[in-house]
Amino acid sequence: MHFDWHFFEHLLLHPPNSFIQGAIRTVYLAVIAQILGVGLGLLFALWRRNGRLPLRIFASGYIWLVRGTPLLVQAVIVYDGLAGLGLYSFPDQHVFGVLIPGVIQAGIITLAMNEGAYMAEIMRAAIDSVDRGQTEAAVSLGMRRRQAMRHVVLPQAMRVVIPPLGNEFNNMLKVTSLLSVIGLQELFLAAQDYNSATFRTFEIFLVVAIYYIAMTTIWSFIQSAIERRLAARGGDLIDRITLRERLFGGGALAVAGQLRGAR
Amino acid sequence: MRGELVESLPGQSGGAAGRPVVEATGVHKWFRRNHVLDDVSLTVDEGEVVVIIGPSGSGKTTFLRCINHLERIDEGRLLVNGHLIGYRETAKGKLVEDAEAEIARQRQEIGFVFQQFNLFPHLTAAENVALAPIRVRGAGRSQAMEGATRLLARVGIEEKRDSYPRQLSGGQQQRVAIARALAMSPALMLFDEPTSALDPEMVGEVLEVMRGLAAEGMTMVVVSHEMGFARRVGDRVVMMDEGRVVEVGAPGDLLDRPRRERTRAFLAKVLH
Repeated sequence: MHFDWHFFEHLLLHPPNSFIQGAIRTVYLAVIAQILGVGLGLLFALWRRNGRLPLRIFASGYIWLVRGTPLLVQAVIVYDGLAGLGLYSFPDQHVFGVLIPGVIQAGIITLAMNEGAYMAEIMRAAIDSVDRGQTEAAVSLGMRRRQAMRHVVLPQAMRVVIPPLGNEFNNMLKVTSLLSVIGLQELFLAAQDYNSATFRTFEIFLVVAIYYIAMTTIWSFIQSAIERRLAARGGDLIDRITLRERLFGGGALAVAGQLRGAR
Repeated sequence: MRGELVESLPGQSGGAAGRPVVEATGVHKWFRRNHVLDDVSLTVDEGEVVVIIGPSGSGKTTFLRCINHLERIDEGRLLVNGHLIGYRETAKGKLVEDAEAEIARQRQEIGFVFQQFNLFPHLTAAENVALAPIRVRGAGRSQAMEGATRLLARVGIEEKRDSYPRQLSGGQQQRVAIARALAMSPALMLFDEPTSALDPEMVGEVLEVMRGLAAEGMTMVVVSHEMGFARRVGDRVVMMDEGRVVEVGAPGDLLDRPRRERTRAFLAKVLH
């Protein structure tokens, strides 16, 4: 078989509905899971730093377990494993009047729990990067430690978090494809189904790759805009990252990536 | 520069015997095996300006930090405004650390100015000053920002109210830090080497603000190497070395006619 230009071009410009639905799902899975993951990460980071001993142990154990196992395995345990034991089988549910299929609930929960462990490490590093004198200045004014964390330390830590957070979300957009293993119809699984009917594997997955790169590239622009706005308000606490570095690597982003290590 | 403080603090400068604001008795502190405070006793009266001098590692900064409980003490008693700071006494006479809320409440009465300023870099000068009144006192934002502007005017940098700390010179930053501490209307101000991190040409503007505060009757404890300031503004000078108070006296006596050999040797090095 030769590369079928006509097939490729038609698929790229006039994708079937299943592709569009899949791409939309990929985006909203990633957005919701990332938001929940940031929340979980902040919680675990705070527990691990300042919590009581049982909370510290729980947070450390959680991070150890999640970072020590593949996402693919986690997804199968959460969705198929729990159901297999008869513990919980994710029924379809209405949330705010929208029907959310069980598999999507399981997918979001898996991604969020996974992301929470990585975000916890990023948050912890960011909080540690804020000088101790900041907390001292806050408590010397009569603030309590919790207030100092909320009003003085966290706003500064968040600026440090933005570049690695953008990296995490870029990864999240792509990692959603792993949820195909539990039968979640996102972009990758939609393409696989299409492939089994046409066997134009190369053309189909080239189109899928282009879709993914379009999504991550658009995100790069959004992230640049966010960082520019933050820098304009209050200062260059973040090292400037050029768009070239963001897209092709190197510079500050590479350093931020090392925080997490290879996944 | 003259403002509310004149009315709120009737105490005269010049060490007129007011009520004691700081009372330290037999204070000890160890960092592991290092005896950093060794039986320190010192009383500071209302309206008094006490300048603590001594070589680095003498425990003067640690002592200052104990006065608003940024550091714990291991032995002795340390009272601010007549109350134990950071601790409460059990029925058996043992000292246990206070609840966080109580420590926070006590610290509102004590302003602290850091060597490195420690301004909040994500907030403007005025927001730095207004943050504690808003979050701790529950003041309304517009009212707190007005108050902040008045305080910035008092330290002579009203026009910088919307600047961020990194846009300010060191001297300006330290003046914002002083305004920030004053925003909680403290009864006592602690200064930890407030001019040591400054370029020489900026030292004067900060000392001038501190001199104004002293003239208005503020009770102040100042750790400093500025002997000129100690002489002109201080009511008493305290010489510390190796965790101990070596000598206490009026600036004219201690700086010109030190009784202890240790003081004499230190001054010889500092004054050349």
